[in-house]
Amino acid sequence: MLKIENLHARVAGKEILKGLSLEAKSGEVHAIMGPNGAGKSTLGNVLAGRPGYEVTQGTVTFDGNNLLEMEPEVRAAAGLFLAFQYPVEIPGVNNTYFLRAALNAQRKARGAEELDSMQFLKLVRERVKEMGMTPDLLNRAVNEGFSGGEKKRNEVFQMAVLEPRLAILDETDSGLDIDALKQVAEGVNRLRSPERSFLVITHYQRLLDYIVPDFVHVLADGCIVESGDATLAKELEAHGYAWVRDRTPAEAQA
Amino acid sequence: MQAAAAARPPGCGPAWLDDARHQALRAFMERGLPDTREELWKYTALRALQQQAYAPCDEDAASRSVADDLLRLDGCAGPRAVFVNGTFRVDLSRLDNLPEGLTLQPLSEAMQRQSEPLRFLLAARADEDEDGLTLLNRALAADGLIVRVADGVRASQPLHVVHVGASAGSAVGWHLRDLIELGEGASLAVVEHHVGDDASGHLANLVRGVTLRANAHLDWTVVQRASRNTTLLRRTDCVLHDHAELDFHALELGGKLARHELRVDLAGARARFASRGAFVLDGRQHADSEVLVTHRGRDTLSDSLWRGVAGDRARGVVHGRILVQPGADGSDGGFYNKNLLLSPTAEIDTRPALEIYADEVKANHGATVGQLDENVLFYLRSRGIPLDTARRMLVRAFCAVTLDGIQPASLREFCETLLAEQLPETEA
Repeated sequence: MLKIENLHARVAGKEILKGLSLEAKSGEVHAIMGPNGAGKSTLGNVLAGRPGYEVTQGTVTFDGNNLLEMEPEVRAAAGLFLAFQYPVEIPGVNNTYFLRAALNAQRKARGAEELDSMQFLKLVRERVKEMGMTPDLLNRAVNEGFSGGEKKRNEVFQMAVLEPRLAILDETDSGLDIDALKQVAEGVNRLRSPERSFLVITHYQRLLDYIVPDFVHVLADGCIVESGDATLAKELEAHGYAWVRDRTPAEAQA
Repeated sequence: MQAAAAARPPGCGPAWLDDARHQALRAFMERGLPDTREELWKYTALRALQQQAYAPCDEDAASRSVADDLLRLDGCAGPRAVFVNGTFRVDLSRLDNLPEGLTLQPLSEAMQRQSEPLRFLLAARADEDEDGLTLLNRALAADGLIVRVADGVRASQPLHVVHVGASAGSAVGWHLRDLIELGEGASLAVVEHHVGDDASGHLANLVRGVTLRANAHLDWTVVQRASRNTTLLRRTDCVLHDHAELDFHALELGGKLARHELRVDLAGARARFASRGAFVLDGRQHADSEVLVTHRGRDTLSDSLWRGVAGDRARGVVHGRILVQPGADGSDGGFYNKNLLLSPTAEIDTRPALEIYADEVKANHGATVGQLDENVLFYLRSRGIPLDTARRMLVRAFCAVTLDGIQPASLREFCETLLAEQLPETEA
C-alpha cells in the first residue's frame, strides 16, 4: 500500500530525513518510534504533503501512485489521513459543516455520490457514540476551545468519519491522560481492518500497550535504524533509545 | 465632471429651491471634488471621476426593463421602493398596503406636489463639514426617498430599497437625497440593496439624513452587490435622540469604487449604535468604509465590528472614529476591525481613532491586517478540502461574525451565500 524508498527531506534548508525506507502493506500497523528530533513528525508531514517540507531524494508510492506529486487534498481523497500532533483551531468554521465538506469533497473526488445532510448526520451520530464524544463538540467551531484531549479525540473521530485507507497518527498520545489514551486507542482499534493500514508515530511505548503494532521501527537521525515486532517497543522501553544507537554501528558493520 | 454639473441648469422648482441649488452649485465649483488631502479621503482618490463625462440623467430610466429576479431578496417580501439609474420606478415598487403610520414618498413627487414641507431639508445651509460631493448632491438631487414613521408605530416588515444600475448608452451620474425619520418609540427595518448589470460605469451619489426620535429603533442592513463598473458614493448622517437605537449591518461586495461615510450623532442620553460590516474585494475594486461616531449625550453606547478582505490588486479602507464630546460622561464606545489580505498586491488601510473630551468614558479600538493562516489551510486540505474551497471557508468564517445579527434569518442566510460565492483571487 505504502512504499517509501530512500526518502530525503529538508525543512527550512535543514536535512531531516536522510534515506528513510519503509513498506506498509494493507492491514498492517507500523509503529515509528524514536527520540526527539529524529524526524518522526517530518515523516508524517511529508507524507501528508505539508508545504515547506521539501523532498530532495527518494520515492513514495501509495497504491502504486507517486504520492509526492499529489496535492494534500488529492492524497486525502486517495485515502491518506494525518492525525495532527497539534490540531489547529478554526474559529467560525463549524465542526459538522467542516467534516461534511471534507467527506463530500473526498467522495466527489473519488466519483462517489455526496451524502445529503440527513445521511451525514446519521453517520456522524453513530461515530460520536462509538468514540464516546460529547455531541455538543459537533456544534462548536473546529477545535476552538477544545482541551488537549478533546482535540486528539476529535482527530480520531474525524478519522472514523473519513475512513481512510492509510492513517498516520502523529504523536496522538502526547498530552493525553490514561483514560483519554485508552479511548483514543479503542477508537483506533475499532478501525483496524484488513483494508486499512496505520503508521503510529510515538515517542513512548505506552500507546503501543493499547494499539499493538505488527511492526516497530526505530527512527534515529533521519533513518530507520532498527525494525522488529511489538517486542522491540518493550525492549526500547527497558533500555532507552541509547541502546539502539549503541547497537546499530556494530550490526551495520556485521 | 464639473462640466457635466454645469451643463445641467438645476431648476424648474420653486424659487427658494432654485436659489438653494444655484448656491450649492457655486459652492461646489469653488470647492471641487474631495481630494486625498482631506482627512476622510486620504486613501480614496476621485481623480478618475474628473476625466469621466457623466450624463446628468438616463432619459430611458423610466422604461428600462428590470428582471424581477434582480429585485428579489430573501426575507424582503413586504414594501419595496425601486430606483433604476437614479429614477424612482413606481411600476417596480410595492407601496400599496403600507402599514398605517408609515409614509413613503419619492422626493421627485414630493417636490412637484408639495415642496414647502421639505424646505428645511433642501434649502438648509450647508454644514461646514459637507464636502464637494454633498454640495453637488444638494445642487443636483432629482429624486430620493422620504420615509416617515409616526410616533409609536412599529413596522413589522422590512422596507426594501433597491438601487438598480442598468446599462445605458453612456455613463450616467445621479444624485439621490433620502430622508428617514422615525417618531418617538417608532421602529423600522430598512434593507438597502444595490444591484445591477451596469456596463456603462455609472456614478451614484447618495446623501441620506436619518433622524431617530426618543426610543425609536432603526435596523438597517446594506447588501451592496453593485456591478463592478459602478462608482457608488454614499454619505449618511444619523441623529439619535434619547434612548434611540440604530443597528447597522453592511455587506459590501460590488462596485468599482464603493464608499460609505456613515456619521452617527448620539445626541440623546443612552442612545445606542451598533454596526457590523464587511467588505470582500477582488480585481481592482476599491471600498472605503468610514464610520464616524460622535457621543454627545450621557451614557451613550457605540459598538462597531468590521471585517475587510482584499485579493488581487484590490484596495480597502476602514476608518473608525469615536469622538466623545464634553458632557458625554459615561459613554462607552468601541471600534474593532480585522482585515485579511489574500494577495501580495492587495492593500487595506485601517485607521481607528479616538478623541475624548469627557470624563468616565470607556473607549476601545483595535485593528489588525493579516493573511490566511497556512497551518489552517493545510489542515483543511489534509482532510480532502480543495484549496479554493478551503480559502472560501476561511474567508466566510472570518466575516461571519458581522452577519450574525442580520434579520430576518432568511436574509442572513442569503448574505452568507453571497459571501461564500465571492472569493477573491489569492495571487496577482
